[in-house]
Amino acid sequence: MRGLGKYLLWVYTGMAMVFLLIPIVYTIVFSFNDARRTNIVWRGFTFDNWLDVCNAQDVCTAFGNSLLVAGVSTVLATAMGTAIAIALVRYRFRFRNSTTLLLFLPMATPEVVLGAGLAAQFLQLGVQKGLPTIIIAHTMFCISFVVVTVRARVAVLDPALEEAGRDLYGSPSQVFWRVTFPLLVPGITAAALLSFALSFDDFIITNFNAGPAMTFPRFVYTAAARGIPAEANVIASAVFFAAILLVLIAQVGGAIKRKRLALAG
Amino acid sequence: MAFGAFQTAAPAGTQAPVAQVQRKSPVALWLLLPGILYLILFFVTPLFSLVITSFQAPVPGGFLGEFQNSFRWENYVEVVSTYFSHISRSFIYATLATIFALLLGYPIAYVIGVKLRKYPLLQALSLVLLIAPFFISFLLRTLAWKQIFSDEGFFVGVLKTFQLIPSDAYLTGTPFSVVFGLTYMFLPFMALPIYTTLEKLDLRYVEAGGDLYANPFTVFRTVTLPLSIPGVISGTLLTFIPATGDYINASRDFLGSTDTAMMGNVIEANFLVLQNFPAAAALSLILMMSILILVSAYVRRSGTDDLL
Repeated sequence: MRGLGKYLLWVYTGMAMVFLLIPIVYTIVFSFNDARRTNIVWRGFTFDNWLDVCNAQDVCTAFGNSLLVAGVSTVLATAMGTAIAIALVRYRFRFRNSTTLLLFLPMATPEVVLGAGLAAQFLQLGVQKGLPTIIIAHTMFCISFVVVTVRARVAVLDPALEEAGRDLYGSPSQVFWRVTFPLLVPGITAAALLSFALSFDDFIITNFNAGPAMTFPRFVYTAAARGIPAEANVIASAVFFAAILLVLIAQVGGAIKRKRLALAG
Repeated sequence: MAFGAFQTAAPAGTQAPVAQVQRKSPVALWLLLPGILYLILFFVTPLFSLVITSFQAPVPGGFLGEFQNSFRWENYVEVVSTYFSHISRSFIYATLATIFALLLGYPIAYVIGVKLRKYPLLQALSLVLLIAPFFISFLLRTLAWKQIFSDEGFFVGVLKTFQLIPSDAYLTGTPFSVVFGLTYMFLPFMALPIYTTLEKLDLRYVEAGGDLYANPFTVFRTVTLPLSIPGVISGTLLTFIPATGDYINASRDFLGSTDTAMMGNVIEANFLVLQNFPAAAALSLILMMSILILVSAYVRRSGTDDLL
């Protein structure tokens, strides 16, 4: 009976994993579909969609906009979020609880409320919606995630290292840029990648604040009514492969670094 | 890479912090100022904009979408009576999706975090598979389910062949497919925080339970499960909150139909199509308030107040 129970757990988990992966495989497979107008029925294998991705009207423009929005929002959110994370761990200040609440609330608010709120504000101020308003919105919801990610890293940073820097007569800015910052780089990189991924794939907040501007998810959403061109699958699959490659490089890189440290130590 | 965020709601006590010396310094103000100002400008004031908008009244004889500031509290009564079914649907679907995601996500997290510890390479690989869905457009993934579930699709075909469903039955556009889609979409958000707590679980406690002649089920119920509660709480929140406000799965072009529309769908329709901004704003605030009340009651009950 116990043996059977163990076996069941593995089968159940395996099936849950398959469930998780089916739509990914489906999306990638259909990027190779020899589709005419809509990409619903399998019509045979082709590389054509991959070779001229930009054939489908507007899909490349939307993709370019998404990269731009994600890039700018990531830089802004990472800079502001990292500063807050350092302040939260290293300094004592009043309004600490309200600051934490202010950072927590955007993560606990449904996207549709964040989107409608900003849109209502832009409406009242008479701001024209477009790429800048999308960037404003994305930066807003990314900040909290950056703070959480970087903060975990600052919290495990040994203050003795910075103290050593000060003992060696380093000025505060020298200590920060030569000691603190390099030690935080992994956390900051993780936060930036997370922001980029969140912004790149965001649809709900974007839809409320985009006006006429197209991003990749908006393109897919609008196209869903009349049929998605296979080129959209190509772009999504390419992004997927790039991201997986990045994760694998990071994992292998981390493993090599640990090995080297072990050898040196 | 995406892990930091999934520890979001996990209590701070789970990390082993280095003793921190906190100083008082004007530097703190300069570090906080840009980000905090930004959030006040683009998160807090929009909430006030929503409140103002939600009380607006139509301009007499005005165009579609023309409203003036007023104190028309009837807006709230109207949206609740008009959209009561959407409001209740949102909470029912989100609750169901959260339960299903927990039933699927916990075993995944347990296997990766505990059972696979002996095989680090396999563990790392499974983890990459678990976060893989984040790297591919969630809209396309949802559409993939729509096509799999379509009337001519593989899934319905198999079910009909084995006569598990009547020959005129369909799946897309039903509450089933919407809850299915929500469960699928938020499964990684459920599994990852549970994984991060189970990964740190000290197996000696489990061994001790066994040494005291407890059977595996009792050990799980009295040792493993209580120790993983912080992960379960953050996982359920990360699933329930976005699922309640979601309108992709319930949308007609994806897995839903007009009979499955949720709050998000009517907020979107009122704001972006019907230009009935006050109704959209009132609904948004009702959604946010109900979630905050539910979440704080839930968190208080579970005994973790320290969320960030």
